[in-house]
Amino acid sequence: MVDQVLELTQQLLNGLSQGFIYALIALGYTMVFGVLRFINFAHGDVLMIGAFTGFYVGPKVLQVMGGGPGYLAMSIVLVLAMAICAVVGIVIEKLCYRPLRDRPKLTVLITAIGVSLFLESAGQLVLSPDPQPFPELIVDKAIEIPASWGAISSLTVTLSQVLIFGVTLGLLVLLRFIVMKTKLGMAMRALSFNPLAASLMGINNDRVISFTFGLGSALAGAAGILTSISQPSIDPLMGVNAGMKAFVAAVLGGIGNLPGAAIGGILIGLIEALVVGYISPTYRDAIVFAVLILILIVKPNGLLGSSEREKV
Amino acid sequence: MGGRGNYLLLGVLILCGVASPWVGGISPYYFDILIGIGINIILAVSLNLVNGYTGQFSLGHAGFMAVGAYLGSALSLVVKFPYVAMPDWTGNILWWIPKLLWVIVAMVVNAGVSVHNGLAVGVEQLPHAGQFLIILIYGGLGAAFAGLLVGIPSLRLRGDYLAIVTLGFNEIIKGMIQNCQPLGAQLGLNGIPAWTNFFWTFGFALVTIFVVLNLVHSTYGRGFLAVRDDEIAAEAMGIHTTKYKVLAFVAAAFFAGIAGGLFAHFKQHIDPEAFGYLRSVDIVVMVILGGMGNTIGVVFAAILLTILPELLRTVARYEWLPHWLQQVAENRMILYSLLLIVLMLTRPQGLFGNFLGKGNLRKS
Repeated sequence: MVDQVLELTQQLLNGLSQGFIYALIALGYTMVFGVLRFINFAHGDVLMIGAFTGFYVGPKVLQVMGGGPGYLAMSIVLVLAMAICAVVGIVIEKLCYRPLRDRPKLTVLITAIGVSLFLESAGQLVLSPDPQPFPELIVDKAIEIPASWGAISSLTVTLSQVLIFGVTLGLLVLLRFIVMKTKLGMAMRALSFNPLAASLMGINNDRVISFTFGLGSALAGAAGILTSISQPSIDPLMGVNAGMKAFVAAVLGGIGNLPGAAIGGILIGLIEALVVGYISPTYRDAIVFAVLILILIVKPNGLLGSSEREKV
Repeated sequence: MGGRGNYLLLGVLILCGVASPWVGGISPYYFDILIGIGINIILAVSLNLVNGYTGQFSLGHAGFMAVGAYLGSALSLVVKFPYVAMPDWTGNILWWIPKLLWVIVAMVVNAGVSVHNGLAVGVEQLPHAGQFLIILIYGGLGAAFAGLLVGIPSLRLRGDYLAIVTLGFNEIIKGMIQNCQPLGAQLGLNGIPAWTNFFWTFGFALVTIFVVLNLVHSTYGRGFLAVRDDEIAAEAMGIHTTKYKVLAFVAAAFFAGIAGGLFAHFKQHIDPEAFGYLRSVDIVVMVILGGMGNTIGVVFAAILLTILPELLRTVARYEWLPHWLQQVAENRMILYSLLLIVLMLTRPQGLFGNFLGKGNLRKS
């Protein structure tokens, strides 16, 4: 009995760490949807750019710092990846989405799919089509919580999982602060409430949209680094799957709703871990889409989303 | 398309039949491209019904193609051995659903084969013809059924969700095949009879164009266009928008299934990788390049985009080109993605403009 509980706890723990990463990505989807009312298909691929930034910058940082892997080196790489992803996000918005601002949604959606495909195929061309080992930024070790109460198995938490929890929670608090307490955050909220009224109140919509893209992409960049330290290798298509699942998470939580995206991400991570642990790893992707379809049928506005009437 | 169109279709069909033996004699490389063009026309024109005329955005057409291809090949492989082995009922309970479906399919097939054997007596001079037609139509119906299953829940949704849901279904279908041992799992199916020829491919391409054009010009077609132009207004006018969307979706899936059957009986080998996301994107690019809601443009785009990769492959062999340009030429996805972005920024109506209706990509 104790063993079963321990195994369940282990699965939930693994799911939770994956879920935190999904939450970071889902926040980007939901923020962009909040201000522009469209799904940024290319968001998952920004994560890949973050991971590859780490791949190229990581060894350099370690070299300059000397002294091998450590928390400081990792933080520097993390911040650099976030900055580069923010720039990439802003550039994508400026070049591809801004000229289409008042065009029909379908046009923007197709462009977003084009941008996503471009990042993937350019990544395969310029970077490498094969999986690459990610440089060791921290020495990942397993922290074992020894067996007690007559249990045979024990609980294992890896250092990278602890880092994922810590960094994600920190970023969530920071995001909460930016959105709720700063002027730009207030402008973002105003814009997602009513763009026309916001611009009449003297808000520079373009600047706020750029900022939102930058913020969302920076979170995706952080997710890219966090994914890479916890898995053995990275490749140019790594963002596709993570992006899709994070999108499902954003819809599950109610797209456009920030706490919803975080909760949705964690739920998707947990569901995935339970399916992998107790049913079969082959159903891992299918079950997430099943969740998406279910939520769209039963509660299209998501768990925390408010219903929005379409205006004629 | 009125009566004249019907005669035209019949004439060209007969022409296809007459030309078929000669076309079969050309070099295998060109024959390969030619059949590829026909299959892509079927796929692109049928997808245009959903993405163009009805204004929805499906990103999972290859999934329906997979259903048709696998159902069709399973049938033509089973036809050789009329008795289907009963699956093994031990093991994971989740496998019972596909196994049960397999048994049902096998029963229907056996019924179909007996009917066909009854009908086919005396047409030995047309070996396999009737059988192939039945198989293709079964494949199409299977895909249409899959389209119905996908369409009913997802088409109630707004356009941008639909793209992701259909993409998800594409992956689910692929994943199911990958995990299904009777269908060869990752390795795919081998030894499918080579029944696809010029006549079947272009015959079905013409039928697809004919059906789509007639459908669009019928009462149903007006419904599709109304849904595309303004869903809310259409609903206010008493048009059952979901019904029309599902109808367009099911019809498109049917033809995708036929295309899948043709593809399988041409390549003689299929594996799940051939029906992934990238294949769906290929078809979407054809529709967008040709102009959404412009059947003739889409036909041209399908031809163009089937030949283009072959041309690029030749270009990539030119020694004097810089290395990176050679690599770009070999990687068609990077060109497709740039094409999508540039087209949307500069010419959202597609390369060939829009012959039908003015309000194709209306400002919202």
